[in-house]
Amino acid sequence: MNINLTLFAQLISFAIFVWFCKNYVWPPIVAAMEERSKKIADGLNAAEKAGQDLEEAHKQVEAQLVEAKVQAAGILDQANKRAAQIVDEAKEQAVVEGQRLKGAARADIEQEVNRAKEQLRSQVASLALVGAEKILEASIDENAHSDIVNKLAANL
Amino acid sequence: MASESMTSGEYISHHLLNLTYGKLPAGYERVGYDGHSHVLEQAEWTLAHSATEAADMGFMAIHLDTIGWSLFLGILFCWSFGRVAKSVTAGVPTGFQNFVEMVVDFIDDNVKGIFHHKNPWIAPIGLTIFVWIFLQNLMDLVPVDWIPWLAMQMGVEYMRVVPSTDVNATLGMSLGVFLMILYYSIKQKGVGGFAAELAFQPLPKWALPFNLFLEVVGLIAKPISLALRLFGNMYAGEMVFIIISLLPFYLQWTLSVPWAIFHILVITLQAFIFSTLTVVYLAMAYDHH
Repeated sequence: MNINLTLFAQLISFAIFVWFCKNYVWPPIVAAMEERSKKIADGLNAAEKAGQDLEEAHKQVEAQLVEAKVQAAGILDQANKRAAQIVDEAKEQAVVEGQRLKGAARADIEQEVNRAKEQLRSQVASLALVGAEKILEASIDENAHSDIVNKLAANL
Repeated sequence: MASESMTSGEYISHHLLNLTYGKLPAGYERVGYDGHSHVLEQAEWTLAHSATEAADMGFMAIHLDTIGWSLFLGILFCWSFGRVAKSVTAGVPTGFQNFVEMVVDFIDDNVKGIFHHKNPWIAPIGLTIFVWIFLQNLMDLVPVDWIPWLAMQMGVEYMRVVPSTDVNATLGMSLGVFLMILYYSIKQKGVGGFAAELAFQPLPKWALPFNLFLEVVGLIAKPISLALRLFGNMYAGEMVFIIISLLPFYLQWTLSVPWAIFHILVITLQAFIFSTLTVVYLAMAYDHH
């Protein structure tokens, strides 16, 4: 084993390689690695935040659903009430209309009856005259006796 | 075995010799391959032809294979990681970027656990050491004869492909770490503070020489232990591979495969230990005792 100038040659090349490594190899690689780990950390944070946001959104949706249900129930209730009201109103109107119709019909009937009575009355007078003629077999002075017959007819 | 004309001893020592380019002094007697020798008239820079020549070159020599491979692997590291760093995206990572990020993250975690001050250099130092040493060690898993054989075909006599089995390489790196320890110690505590740390503990002031001795030994032990631990592990591992390759080729796999699998653990562990201890030592340089 001879110790010789190789020692210093090796020392110099060592220094050069270290210098090269310090200036051109180490900084960019470490910088890139640090940047990547920062990116990953940021990504993880963002994912966590997104998860929280999602949970919050879920909660909001649930709250809104509950509210909507309550509103729907309210609307349904109102609609039901209104429907009942409409039905009641319709019933009342129907009753009123029915009574009105009944009244009108009754008035019509009375009128008809009166008219029939009147007709009957006038026909009874002539019937009675005919009957009396037949009974008396004599000629009765129509003028003389028409008063009596008319009185009779009016008494019917 | 590389060539049948070699004895086992020659084969092993051939595998353990670096491609050494150095200065032979004037008057040096070189022995050629044919056994003839000639005397150099003046000092000469040349490739060593034998272990003796390599040793005689002394300090003024350089291991071309060690430097070549470690440069190649270091550049491979810078190129491949630099390419990822250029196109890196904070989006979904794919392919090689995954791997690079895994390594960077591993080192980053490790450094953050040990080093609690602010210094943009520490983590890149840890990464460079870890990957570079891992790649150097990884060359140990290339079958021991392949690259030396190829080199031989190209006329290169010696070729050791695992830089971390050369004590020069490991010492070179740990020397770098040592300089950083000194630099940051002085930067953080000042010359006086650093000196006081060496002189006035663990015992009170009256034991200054003893303290100084203890602390300086402790300080110097850091780079030495870093270098020798890695060197020792890799050298031993390589040695075992070389010895296994002395077996007949049809038997080699029975030992080399288990050893290689075990060695995967060793090379990773050694790279990790060197890198982590460097960070620990630098953290200690920052801390006040």
